Amino acid sequence: MADVKIVTKNFGVPDMNRMEVALKHDAYRALDRAFALEPAALVDEVKKSNLRGRGGAGFATGMKWGFIPKDAKEVFLVVNADESEPGTCKDRELMFYDPHLLIEGIIISAYALRARRAYIYLRGEMMREHKVLVRAVDDAYQKGLLGTERKTAAGPFALELTVHRGAGAYICGEETALLNSLEGQRGWPRLKPPFPAIKGLFGQPTIVNNVETLMNVPDIVLNGGEWFAKLGTPKSGGTRILCMSGHLNRPGVYELRMGIPLREAIYEVCGGVRGGSQVKCVIPGGSSMPPLDASELDVPMEFDALMTDPRIKEVEVRPGVKFDLGGGRTLRTMAGSGGVVVMNEHTDLTKVCWRIMKFYAHESCGQCTPCREGTGWLERVTRRLAEGAGRPGDLELCASIAHGIAGNTICPLGDAAAWPMLGFLTKFRPEFEAKIQRAAA
Amino acid sequence: MPLAFSDHARRRIAQTRARYPTAQAALLPVLHIAQEEFGDVGDEVAQLVAETLQLPYAHVHGVVTFYTMYHRHKPGKHVLMVCTNISCMLRGGYEVLHHIQKRLGIEPGQTTPDQTFTLVEEECLAACANAPMMICGENYYLDLDPQKVDQILGELRQRA
Repeated sequence: MADVKIVTKNFGVPDMNRMEVALKHDAYRALDRAFALEPAALVDEVKKSNLRGRGGAGFATGMKWGFIPKDAKEVFLVVNADESEPGTCKDRELMFYDPHLLIEGIIISAYALRARRAYIYLRGEMMREHKVLVRAVDDAYQKGLLGTERKTAAGPFALELTVHRGAGAYICGEETALLNSLEGQRGWPRLKPPFPAIKGLFGQPTIVNNVETLMNVPDIVLNGGEWFAKLGTPKSGGTRILCMSGHLNRPGVYELRMGIPLREAIYEVCGGVRGGSQVKCVIPGGSSMPPLDASELDVPMEFDALMTDPRIKEVEVRPGVKFDLGGGRTLRTMAGSGGVVVMNEHTDLTKVCWRIMKFYAHESCGQCTPCREGTGWLERVTRRLAEGAGRPGDLELCASIAHGIAGNTICPLGDAAAWPMLGFLTKFRPEFEAKIQRAAA
Repeated sequence: MPLAFSDHARRRIAQTRARYPTAQAALLPVLHIAQEEFGDVGDEVAQLVAETLQLPYAHVHGVVTFYTMYHRHKPGKHVLMVCTNISCMLRGGYEVLHHIQKRLGIEPGQTTPDQTFTLVEEECLAACANAPMMICGENYYLDLDPQKVDQILGELRQRA
């Protein structure tokens, strides 16, 4: 099963992003089969597939779809194409190389959700991808795949699809901030509940799904949910893209079997660490996720395993005191967005930690005080640490700021800064302490 | 003469507006159109967009200043967006940024006196497997090093 490719199956086909080439390679073939089914049957098929969201949270897609109220009058489907989690570079490539597979996934998913309007919220910086997507959408209109009524098991169905460009704000990858941004507001996250499935875009029931997630849907329709489920692990169907970057011999965007051990991804897929050096630290799923150390490379790269595998140390608030994720749950790490950043033994982790804090301080939307003020503090204290001017007590200060942010904000950006901060202090404390001692000497 | 959109921009705005149920939802795309038309979204342009979509100026101003891609002042012909986030940093992103600073004699956020280049230090631009990298317009410049940067700056200067 190792070699099955779904979302990258057409990578390598020249000009696959052009309609005429895409049609020769079976694009839009799943539409007829999808339209022969009732929408509810499609939702069931996706539930059976164990497809989980590829944007970060790993939430079960079919279950999310099931939250749309049965009597909803107007439903929106919104595609989260705002890829900006540091270390993540898959959706951009997927959209550039195979936009028609995405559009096909959108049409089928919209039909399953009874949505008549869909928006692709594309990251503002991706001007090259914007051009490709707009052309692909225009061509799909020309071919009558969009905007033209088709006969379906649930009556006539036509979808209006619009590519909407963001304007530079990491926070808009958070789904409720994205909805506010799409409505022409500042990208400020909303309190949940109500969840978007109940009250989302323009106050209507809305499903927000990631690009990679939706690109899996056509193959689920063609081959069945059971086929997709069997490709993966018991609770996670399909394959998984890992964006492998950092000190690797062959960095790249790889579609791999779900649950591949991290060690195999590093050494066999990516040819190991550059210059024959050793791994010191790995970020397993984008910069928001607590890092792993060299003793934790045998874990499977799968949503549940990264949260629960006892081989991964639990994140601490201070030595010996575990961080409480709420409800007595502890935090190890998470699969996140699939952004894997590998660091060699020569890496100064205080500098890496500072760069991550600098990012969150820059991207905090300013709405919640613990995040707005706390990320700035973390950036300033980790900067002096990294510059060799750390003071005794700085580690305790960082931990206490991070602990003060976590769980106390409207959206997860605060957690996204706090978790890696605490994670670095839990697993690499001696390196941070040594840097302060050298500063004192 | 008061600022006005060209007929072409007006048509694009009408088409854009039709894709959304509210005028406010068209704000981000219309600001992009305005920036393409006038080169920046300073106060005067923001005012024009507010009038065009019949939105409060304070709202438009709030949106313009929230996002990083709307230029309050006209940038240079080529905007160099250089990533220094972790994957790029590990592979020399800061060396690339500093090299460009030295070559152009400007800091991030500044424009060269001849209005050719604006330099921006960016957060992750989603090309981590080809770090370090930068974007200029629709072009991605991947797997950079100082030598490649010199070549790219030369080519862009020729196009200026």
